Amino acid sequence: SSSEHKLNFKKSKEACLSYIQDALLQKQWKRAAEFLTCYVESLEKDYSREHIGPSEVIWRIGTEILWHHSQSSMKEFNCFMEQMKTLGVKRYLKVCLEHVFHLLCNGQIDEAYQNLSLAESWRFGEQTAIQDKEMKLIQAYRGLLDYYSWSKQKNILLENSEDGFSDLAVEQEMHGYFRKAAVNLKEIIKIPGVWDIFVKCYVDLLEFYGDHNEARQVLNEYAYNSKFPANPNAHVYLCQFLKRQGESKKSLTSALKILHDIVPSHELMIDFNTMLQKSKKRKKRQLGLEVIFAVLDYAGWKENAKAWSCLARQVKQIVISEKHLDWIKQEWNSRKDWWPAFHFSRYLAKRNWQENKSLSYEKALVAGILLGKGCKYFKYVSHQGCKAQLKRFRVLKKFVNRHNPVYLRIS
Amino acid sequence: RDFNERCAQCSEVNWGLTDGGRFYCRSCHNVTERTREVVNTDFITNSRVQTISKGLRKQENNDGGSEWYICEGFQLVLKKQVEALEALGVCPQMKDDILCNFWRCYLQKSKQAYCKRPSGEAVKALSVCESSTDVDSDPERPSVLHLLSLSESEGDLQTDCSFASSVSKVSESTSVYSGSVDGSLYLMKNQKEKLSMTMPMTLSFCYMALLWVREPMTLSELLRYVVEGHIPYLNVFQHFPEKMKLCGLDLKIFCVESWPVYEEVFNKMHELAAFLDLPRFPDITESCFLHPDMLCMKYLMEANLPDELHNWTCRVVKKIGIGEVDFLTLTPGNKSTRKVKYDVLAAAVIVVVLKLLFLLDDHYEWLLSELAEERNKNNTEGVPYFEFKKWYEVVKHSLDVKQKKLDEERAKYPWRCEKPLFYSVKNKSKVLKRRQMVVNLQNQFGKLSGSVQRAEKPNPSSFQLRWSEENTDGSCFHGHSLKGILQEKRGLLTAMNPDYWLCTVKLCNEKLCGHLAHYREVEFPQSYHFVLGLFSFLLWVQPSYIHDEVCMIEHKLFNKKLYKKLKYNTVLRK
Repeated sequence: SSSEHKLNFKKSKEACLSYIQDALLQKQWKRAAEFLTCYVESLEKDYSREHIGPSEVIWRIGTEILWHHSQSSMKEFNCFMEQMKTLGVKRYLKVCLEHVFHLLCNGQIDEAYQNLSLAESWRFGEQTAIQDKEMKLIQAYRGLLDYYSWSKQKNILLENSEDGFSDLAVEQEMHGYFRKAAVNLKEIIKIPGVWDIFVKCYVDLLEFYGDHNEARQVLNEYAYNSKFPANPNAHVYLCQFLKRQGESKKSLTSALKILHDIVPSHELMIDFNTMLQKSKKRKKRQLGLEVIFAVLDYAGWKENAKAWSCLARQVKQIVISEKHLDWIKQEWNSRKDWWPAFHFSRYLAKRNWQENKSLSYEKALVAGILLGKGCKYFKYVSHQGCKAQLKRFRVLKKFVNRHNPVYLRIS
Repeated sequence: RDFNERCAQCSEVNWGLTDGGRFYCRSCHNVTERTREVVNTDFITNSRVQTISKGLRKQENNDGGSEWYICEGFQLVLKKQVEALEALGVCPQMKDDILCNFWRCYLQKSKQAYCKRPSGEAVKALSVCESSTDVDSDPERPSVLHLLSLSESEGDLQTDCSFASSVSKVSESTSVYSGSVDGSLYLMKNQKEKLSMTMPMTLSFCYMALLWVREPMTLSELLRYVVEGHIPYLNVFQHFPEKMKLCGLDLKIFCVESWPVYEEVFNKMHELAAFLDLPRFPDITESCFLHPDMLCMKYLMEANLPDELHNWTCRVVKKIGIGEVDFLTLTPGNKSTRKVKYDVLAAAVIVVVLKLLFLLDDHYEWLLSELAEERNKNNTEGVPYFEFKKWYEVVKHSLDVKQKKLDEERAKYPWRCEKPLFYSVKNKSKVLKRRQMVVNLQNQFGKLSGSVQRAEKPNPSSFQLRWSEENTDGSCFHGHSLKGILQEKRGLLTAMNPDYWLCTVKLCNEKLCGHLAHYREVEFPQSYHFVLGLFSFLLWVQPSYIHDEVCMIEHKLFNKKLYKKLKYNTVLRK
């Protein structure tokens, strides 16, 4: 608010816009609509020097209001979007695309598809070339919807075949969708970008039709082509694929190793560790230890009994064999300052014991080895365990006592 | 003058003379073919007629328009404005006797009509209907884009790229686009020499006429009525008759996209009065509304201050001589007298009185208020003593509410009107499409605005804040007594406050920087700022205007003491 008494068109509209923004932030849709009504006359002035013109502002704000306002209907929304499409030819495809997104959010798949087809056929002189990227996106999303249709047909087919029916028409339709989808999805993933959903769907199609080579190539490109933005999911998809296909351990391992470097806390790491522990090669087993320690650095895995059991198993195995204690020492070196407080506090001992005895068992084993029998966590849990007369805790206590000197060697 | 036929179109007998020397009907702007024979020196045929008659003033254009000149447009604007003023209760003589004569005088002095055009001045006016062979090709004619940049307006109009691009394709031989005959010429003219007409200047005309008849309407009220929509200004061109096609450069002249500014209208008015060689205006005497004593009463009421303060304002006015007829009455062209802003002056007097009684140093006024509160406890007089604190709370609250509402109205202010504006024929369809879209969107979102309806124009009212003595919540302070903050000295009631602080020790030279002082909020007490803000709100002017007048008054009031004790203190003993 200003106590200035001068006012001109521009300042007036700036003030109007800030009122709209406030109303939007506070989800006061009626009030936002009230001020937007006053703002729209800005369309009659030229703002070509400004970064964002009134037509774009009105499009974006109007969309928000109509989407959330209780009295607004899809019909009104659609009508508004059609108007916005005519408002700025440079933005035409963008508006189309966003309109499609809203339709999808509203469950109107068919309308979305129609809009996408319509947009795909749009031509406007040199604008068509300029808006090439948006066009590719539109085609990609249409491909996505084709995939969705394909998927539906596939399910029908599978159901029918279970019942013993075979339906040629459905099959044909299914293949038709496949072709349409594949063409568009293939195109978009050529362009560097983050296309998780497109890639997943395309790979799904390829796998179904048995084109594993193409699938592998696509995933490799997506994960390893440096032109594409770094994307952990790309690696996850690749690893999942390799696993599904029963690929060689070597290729799976190298892919998983890369994933470990990027996302040490990914759930695939658990399986990775299991795989590595079984390896005959020393280096692999050491890597396994590295992997599982890295997983437990993350708060999300603190209470995961499976993760702890992996670590416990491997640590136990190393201790028993009395070989490669240096591996543990190496891993523990960077963690001995903060893991005790992070994982092995007395408070956690109590809580873990109360909530999940298996978890506390595994953790106690690890704690006992790494910190010795005098550590709070081990003492509390083993004491409780023995009190409760659980056999394995007695075994645990004996084991740790026997191997107590180890912790001195690794600390 | 003695042309008495009835107009073919509207059957009225109300003729004026165009600068083409033809009669035109003032009511409907129907132009006849009859020309006036030169008989007396009042109406001398323009030599310009020679040039223009080459391209005969056609009655009809292709698009149904006819030729019209810029000053005709302004004449129409003034007519509308003065009619609106009449509707507000201004005396009817203002239109025909006063404003009309002012206008004619202006036309004559600025040589747009009723006079002999100096020979040798060729008219380069162009219009759409003239063929290119008639055009004087002048290599020095400024380009259209240059014309666009000449403007005192906010310049928004010139950023219309569609116009720029369409015009840039216009070659030298085709016309400079305007619906009027002399639109381009008008913008090219040297503004200082001939005082070209502008939209804000129409308000200067109105104000000048109001001042001449001494109407009880201050300039700030006039401007407020304009903004509130009671006086045509913003989109007044929509009242132009169909035949007067408005496009191209005309838009630059007649389309307004900012609120009129007090200072601009005020200064122009004085310039105009001098330009027209007007004599001394009718006297502003004590019984006039514009006299500080009267205006102070009004503003005291509006500011919810006790009536008793009026005695004090009158004393100040008398002491510094600003109630004198010669001080108040406007004598155009007299550079030694200061131009009087009646409304701002009155408000400043009140501010000075408040400073005299309450000091307003963010300290003393609150102490006084507590004292008055104490006294009120034992008050048996039936009339409460005025407590600054209570007054502040009540007024601040109302002010905040009103200010908030005003801020929203500023954000929602409608600038456009139904009538769409075209720069050129080329972008006409685009403009129409846009207008249709705007209307559609307004409908769509208007419905979603809930029960909030576009409020009808508030009825024009002289008062923006109203306080009623009938309210039992004690929120009206008019009747309160000042005894709570006064003391008896030798049988007279004087202010308890012995001190005063000057807003500025030295006044600026107004001619150099345009102001007597430079107001910066942080340098002054909050209470002072509040009081300035209050009157700033009521008068719709910057606080600095009022501050200037306050400085002026203070220097007059403490003149002697200033010259004695100038060196050290800014706090003086009264």
